[in-house]
Amino acid sequence: MEPILQLRGINKSFGAVQALRNVDLEVYGGEVVGLVGDNGAGKSTLIKIIAGVYAPDSGEYIVDNRRVNVTRPQDATHLGIETVYQDLALCDNLDVVSNLFLGREDTISGLPFMNSTEMERRTIDVLRQLDVKIRSVHVPVSALSGGQRQSIAVAKTILRNARIVILDEPTAALGVAQTRQVLQLIKRLRDQGLGMVVISHNLADVFEVVDRVIVMRLGRRVASFDIKSTTTEQIVAAITGAEFSNGIDGQGASVGSTASVNGDEGADDGNHPAYQHESGKGSIQ
Amino acid sequence: MKTTVATPQADQAPSTAKGFNVGSIFRQDLGQIPVAIALILMALYFNATTNDLFLSARNLSNLTLQSCVIATIGLGSIMVLLLGEIDLSLAVVANLCGAVTCIMSVFHHFPWWAAILAGLAAGFGIGLINGLIVAFLRVPSFIVTLAASLGYQGLLLHILLPNTTLIITDPNLKGIAANYLPDYLGLGLPILGIALYAGYIILTRVRRLRQGLAVPPLWQTGVNLGVTIALVALVLWQFESYFGVPIMTMLVLAMIALFWVLMRFTTFGQHVYAIGGNAEASRRAGINVNVIRVLIFGLASMLAAAGGIFLSSRSADADVAVSPTLLLQAIAAAVIGGVSLFGGRGSVWAVVMGTLVIEGLENGLNLKSSGDDTKFMVEGAVLILAVIVDALLRRRSTAAGR
Repeated sequence: MEPILQLRGINKSFGAVQALRNVDLEVYGGEVVGLVGDNGAGKSTLIKIIAGVYAPDSGEYIVDNRRVNVTRPQDATHLGIETVYQDLALCDNLDVVSNLFLGREDTISGLPFMNSTEMERRTIDVLRQLDVKIRSVHVPVSALSGGQRQSIAVAKTILRNARIVILDEPTAALGVAQTRQVLQLIKRLRDQGLGMVVISHNLADVFEVVDRVIVMRLGRRVASFDIKSTTTEQIVAAITGAEFSNGIDGQGASVGSTASVNGDEGADDGNHPAYQHESGKGSIQ
Repeated sequence: MKTTVATPQADQAPSTAKGFNVGSIFRQDLGQIPVAIALILMALYFNATTNDLFLSARNLSNLTLQSCVIATIGLGSIMVLLLGEIDLSLAVVANLCGAVTCIMSVFHHFPWWAAILAGLAAGFGIGLINGLIVAFLRVPSFIVTLAASLGYQGLLLHILLPNTTLIITDPNLKGIAANYLPDYLGLGLPILGIALYAGYIILTRVRRLRQGLAVPPLWQTGVNLGVTIALVALVLWQFESYFGVPIMTMLVLAMIALFWVLMRFTTFGQHVYAIGGNAEASRRAGINVNVIRVLIFGLASMLAAAGGIFLSSRSADADVAVSPTLLLQAIAAAVIGGVSLFGGRGSVWAVVMGTLVIEGLENGLNLKSSGDDTKFMVEGAVLILAVIVDALLRRRSTAAGR
């Protein structure tokens, strides 16, 4: 099977700071990819490149095995790649239907009037498909819970026929029950064949829902784990860079079939004083 | 929507329920019930203390005529408030554009309709300029329109030089405020409006049933329509027991209805509410936020121009002196009717309730021969009350569900 979305050799700098170095990423249909890393690891820059907010300095953006140019957010959405940012981009004063169709309202054939019955029917359809429970599609979204709001933001992407959905910290502001609800939603979307990319700081959530974890550190993709044969310690080690300085029995680097660690990691160390500092801290922990 | 059996994890959080029950009553289009009750109490009080003068057909007819200027300018301010902006130049723009119409009619011998168009066009142009500065140069609308207000006051003085007033001679221009509609229009237009509204309600019901969507029980729709018809009939009966429906009143109601359709049923209106709610989200959803901002400022100033033409027609002249309370009353009419100062919330019909409260107070206190001292204090208190309610509602709606 071919990945829906592939990035190859992505580089991006902001002035003197190189935010991404030679990063690869691939997302298949029907899988959830976890993107983890410490603050400043380049996760946000990477998803903004996927979303078309930033254009990469170099590298290839490949969808369905074809090289494409994604330089604007609209380019990504046209390719079926949708991003849900942490702020959810909902209009609190509007109801659920209006939020789902914001900017692409159904109109009555050729007239500027909205076709509200059709929009409501499709809203109910998509919420049922995603098993999202709300008491009415006519309540303003400000009256919904955090989990419901997250679900509405995701449903919005589904209405636009998304094939890849990128979620930035979907559970960061949620309580236990709400988190569960959102994780269930992610699983359902995966089962419907979508490719999902989930950025999270919460490793418990990552283990709950993700199929594959990609670890970023200091602008590089440093490791990729199959979740079934990985421990939290391995991922934490990859995030902090600990496995190279004190090595947790070399596990993280040596699992081979389940984990691939970019080989050139050690070579560039000297260029990056921050890295030394970071890995030093890692070994203390 | 169909209720799904709640699993234990489903979050029917108490905050959701609370926000729904209390908040939504105020937020809906029909959320003006508290204002309506206040209005009825006020009318009964004034009527009791003025020997039934307040609710006489003659006074009510006058009241609607007095209300037209504030209602029209208030409608303009609603447009801007829905965006989450404010326009402080509306009153001055109203007087200026009224003066433009008068000048065109008196000095350039434009026919009445061309003079009106010139005034409206001037208003639209002024609004576009304000809007361009707000949208593209990102200067706060508060300061842009404050500066504009000062500048256009100067322009108003300038174009009327060497006089301070200009008397209208065109009988058609004066007739807007002075004349009444013949019965076939005075009764026919409201009946047409009711018929369209009923047709819309029935059509929506049929379409929803066909799509398998929930519809309100039939009796509820019936009551809704019945109340609307009864209200319109009551108002028409009052007008007919005097001279009929004033032309200006009908024009104002028609404008409100037109803008209600624009804001409630078109994508343009939907996008205005969206921008008022979350401008950044609207931009990301592909809405051209800046174009809508500019257009709304243009429309608002055009409505102010219409208000200014009504003002000139009523006083039969153009005047350099802008009423110091006009702007505040127009914005107050919007806020008392439930339009949020924070953007994105409120119905266009709010202006009807808000204006009736403001002008009703003014009219009633005049009938009681109260001085300006009492009037200003009462109006100030009412306005503060309305703004407090707005702020409390906003706090409630942002607190819910977080």
